Amino acid sequence: MGGATLLKESGPREVFCGLTSIVWLHRRMPDAFFLVVGSRTCAHLIQSAAGVMIFAEPRFGTAILEERDLAGLADAHDELDRVVKDLLARRPEIRTLFLVGSCPSEVIKLDLARVAERLNGSLTGGVRVVNYSGSGIETTFTQGEDGALKALVPLMPESNEEQLLLVGTLANSVEDRFITLFNRLGIKNVASFPPRQSTDIPPIGPRTKVLLAQPYLGDTARALKDKGAEILKAPFPLGVEGSKGWMEAAAKSFGVQDSLFTSTVEPLIIRARKALEPFREKLSGKLLFLLPESQLEIPLARFLHQECGMKLIEVGTPYLNREMMNEELELLPEGTRIVEGQHVEKQLDRIRQEQPDLVVCGMGLANPLEAEGISTKWSIELVFSPIHGIDQAADLAELFSRPLHRRNLLNPKVLSQV
Amino acid sequence: MELTLWTYEGPPHVGAMRIASSMKDVHYILHAPQGDTYADLLFTMIERRGSRPPVTYTTFQARDLGGDTAELVKGHIKEAVERFKPSALLVGESCTAELIQDQPGSLAQGMGFDLPIINLELPAYSKKENWGASETFYQLVRGLLKDQPKESEHISTAWKEEGRRPRVNLLGPSLLGFRCRDDVLEIQKILGAHGIDINVVAPLGAKPADVLRLPKADINVCLYPEISESTCSWLERNFGMPFSHIVPIGVNATQDFLKEVHQLLGMDPPTIEQGNHQSKLTWYSKSVDSNYLTGKRVFIFGDGTHAIAAARIAKEELGFEVVGLGTYSREMARHVRSAAKELGIEALITNNYLEVEAAMAEAAPELVLGTQMERHSAKRLGVPCAVISTPMHVQDVPARYSPQMGWEGANVIFDDWVHPLMMGLEEHLIGMFRHDFEFVDGHQSHLGHQGGLQNENDLPNESNTVSNEETPIWTSDGKAELAKIPFFVRGKVRRNTEKYARQAGCRNIDSETLYDAKAHFRA
Repeated sequence: MGGATLLKESGPREVFCGLTSIVWLHRRMPDAFFLVVGSRTCAHLIQSAAGVMIFAEPRFGTAILEERDLAGLADAHDELDRVVKDLLARRPEIRTLFLVGSCPSEVIKLDLARVAERLNGSLTGGVRVVNYSGSGIETTFTQGEDGALKALVPLMPESNEEQLLLVGTLANSVEDRFITLFNRLGIKNVASFPPRQSTDIPPIGPRTKVLLAQPYLGDTARALKDKGAEILKAPFPLGVEGSKGWMEAAAKSFGVQDSLFTSTVEPLIIRARKALEPFREKLSGKLLFLLPESQLEIPLARFLHQECGMKLIEVGTPYLNREMMNEELELLPEGTRIVEGQHVEKQLDRIRQEQPDLVVCGMGLANPLEAEGISTKWSIELVFSPIHGIDQAADLAELFSRPLHRRNLLNPKVLSQV
Repeated sequence: MELTLWTYEGPPHVGAMRIASSMKDVHYILHAPQGDTYADLLFTMIERRGSRPPVTYTTFQARDLGGDTAELVKGHIKEAVERFKPSALLVGESCTAELIQDQPGSLAQGMGFDLPIINLELPAYSKKENWGASETFYQLVRGLLKDQPKESEHISTAWKEEGRRPRVNLLGPSLLGFRCRDDVLEIQKILGAHGIDINVVAPLGAKPADVLRLPKADINVCLYPEISESTCSWLERNFGMPFSHIVPIGVNATQDFLKEVHQLLGMDPPTIEQGNHQSKLTWYSKSVDSNYLTGKRVFIFGDGTHAIAAARIAKEELGFEVVGLGTYSREMARHVRSAAKELGIEALITNNYLEVEAAMAEAAPELVLGTQMERHSAKRLGVPCAVISTPMHVQDVPARYSPQMGWEGANVIFDDWVHPLMMGLEEHLIGMFRHDFEFVDGHQSHLGHQGGLQNENDLPNESNTVSNEETPIWTSDGKAELAKIPFFVRGKVRRNTEKYARQAGCRNIDSETLYDAKAHFRA
């Protein structure tokens, strides 16, 4: 690792739990349904985080545990069977049902793997039931996707064909673009995981090379490796440099000639750097503080420093998977303060003390910081927006410069003082 | 186990957060895993609060469960008390912590702090948000006042002998309550105009020290029964303080409320004439332009208080016909049922929004008054809607002064309910002029693809006219006549006509059948 200073902190945290991943996973796989087995809190969390009132019948829901379910686990299993059967009768279009464990279901040790197995045995009509945990006592925010993908790994058929597998939910447009670019490099066999249809599970085997599109998929990567796949070492595809390194890792592994890679990618890089320039002007020299939440913090810090010239005060991360982050850590400047874990009060004290120009944080903290005069960017926006790839680098930078731009618009005096 | 796709109310500890966040100098220790911190965004995003809720989450993790979670809890309590220096501490658990039974309230009470500690037990697997708010407010008031010496006898007319203006407490307004901020201002203004002072408003804006002053008021005003009725009852039982039961939403209810408050305080109530000039609703509703409101079919669903109030306004003050009334508040079910019974309909008590949508479709209303969810359902059905109740949405916290209570509240209600209907009328006019050249390229309806001339769904088509032996067949003459009927009643006319045709044993529906049916249902 470069020269980053790694600190650990513990105390009260302010992060979403893994259930929140359902908000984008259900959109990625429209033929899947995510059934949380949990409490009213779980249901309220997902609808609050997603603002889901727009859906007539969303593709996720909660089987809410009630007093009598806690009294006897055997009954809870029967009850869950009943809820699942009712749901599937009502929603015949569902092909994959994810049973998602929660804090309460974990604490009462409701064995969802067994429930899934039993339901797979009894359900006919082509619905597959899988399970994972999105509980907040075990997972944060984006880790939910890691759990969901890991649960699908055993369903991947074996294949000996050479292929490139992109792992992690990407916006469809971004995914299409990557596939086009890899095709131009001569890599024709490119698959995505998770797939757009839950039934189109890509195959896997010893000639599968995996590029992780998201930095929070440690468990999934391990499971894919156990299936014989090779996990390519690369930075994550955020910003020009990250995306270039990411694509290069695939190109090298597939033996793409340097000249072809350069002639394909270089024009995109030149164009993207030009597009980045106005945002670099706005962001350069500005102080950045990232609170831990999405696990994208380290790659984002790398991009915002390396390509946009921002000064990193602190990079928070809910947990640090060194193996996954190795390439990213190498690219961080000397002395970058990385804080793993959280003590939200102390972290906010540091923010107040160091007065950054921009704080990346969760929705609960954004307005209170704005009210204190500190500009913020919601981290949840980063998991919804198409931000990956060379072509999106300027869009990504724009997301961070917008709050600063707005601040200048609304405070012309501040502008004249600068 | 209950399958829930969407819920009107959060868990009870969110109710407790509403009380803690509404007040000053109160801190809430919530034994809960990290995911539960999402609840902060309800306050900072939906209410747009510029401060964090005064809540410390213990955010325990799976690895803590093997060890001593009690020590973890105590560490958080100690740190929070030192950092935030509250003058009262609420201690409770969310759903997960309830299962591991650390009893954080008892732990806190054993730590030797010199401040009131309220232990909250809010059963997460059987109760919901409003109950949690009500229970928290009650426990807090009781906890702070239970050791206070009681007056020998509380006399609600004592202000006369003491030579001062009468004073009341306004109890119940809270964050994430529907328009509470503005209701308080409006009621304060109205009572002030009648020479009545406000002693304490709680929980919104109150400190624990203010709670200690509650018994100094002559009476309590219970503004939101969902939140404050149990507290008002306790104060009545223990301090002899009577409280008002009428919620002042609508002109008539505001009149009755003022009468009740005056009577409780031993004052002469104002006359009805005085009141009728205070709000524009009364005149606007009488004015000739409002004739078209007569008998509009309205479907109402919301929390108990706002649903009951809306039904009364709809019937008595706007001349609507209430065709549906319901609530998601189990605690208010009895009241809503009796209100529905008086209207000759059956109340819908449910937490399932799909049941509400089905009931709405069945009732074929011309206006829906509901929550944000009913706004979405109504949009799908192509019916105009106004929002009258929580759950809160960022749109329900308007920048402008926009109360529901009192005279100004009635003005706001008139505008909020009638404007969507005006749009309904506009849709009809656009339908009438649909052959004019301005519209041939396809007018985009305010109501999405359901409204206006695009809505051909209510017109019978081939596939559903020939499928069933029992179903009467629409002749082209009948269809043409039906098409002339405004879209927002077309569905109902169609159903009624088919019903009539079946009863009359008539196989073909032509324009005459339509008129026959019309006369039949009028009779």
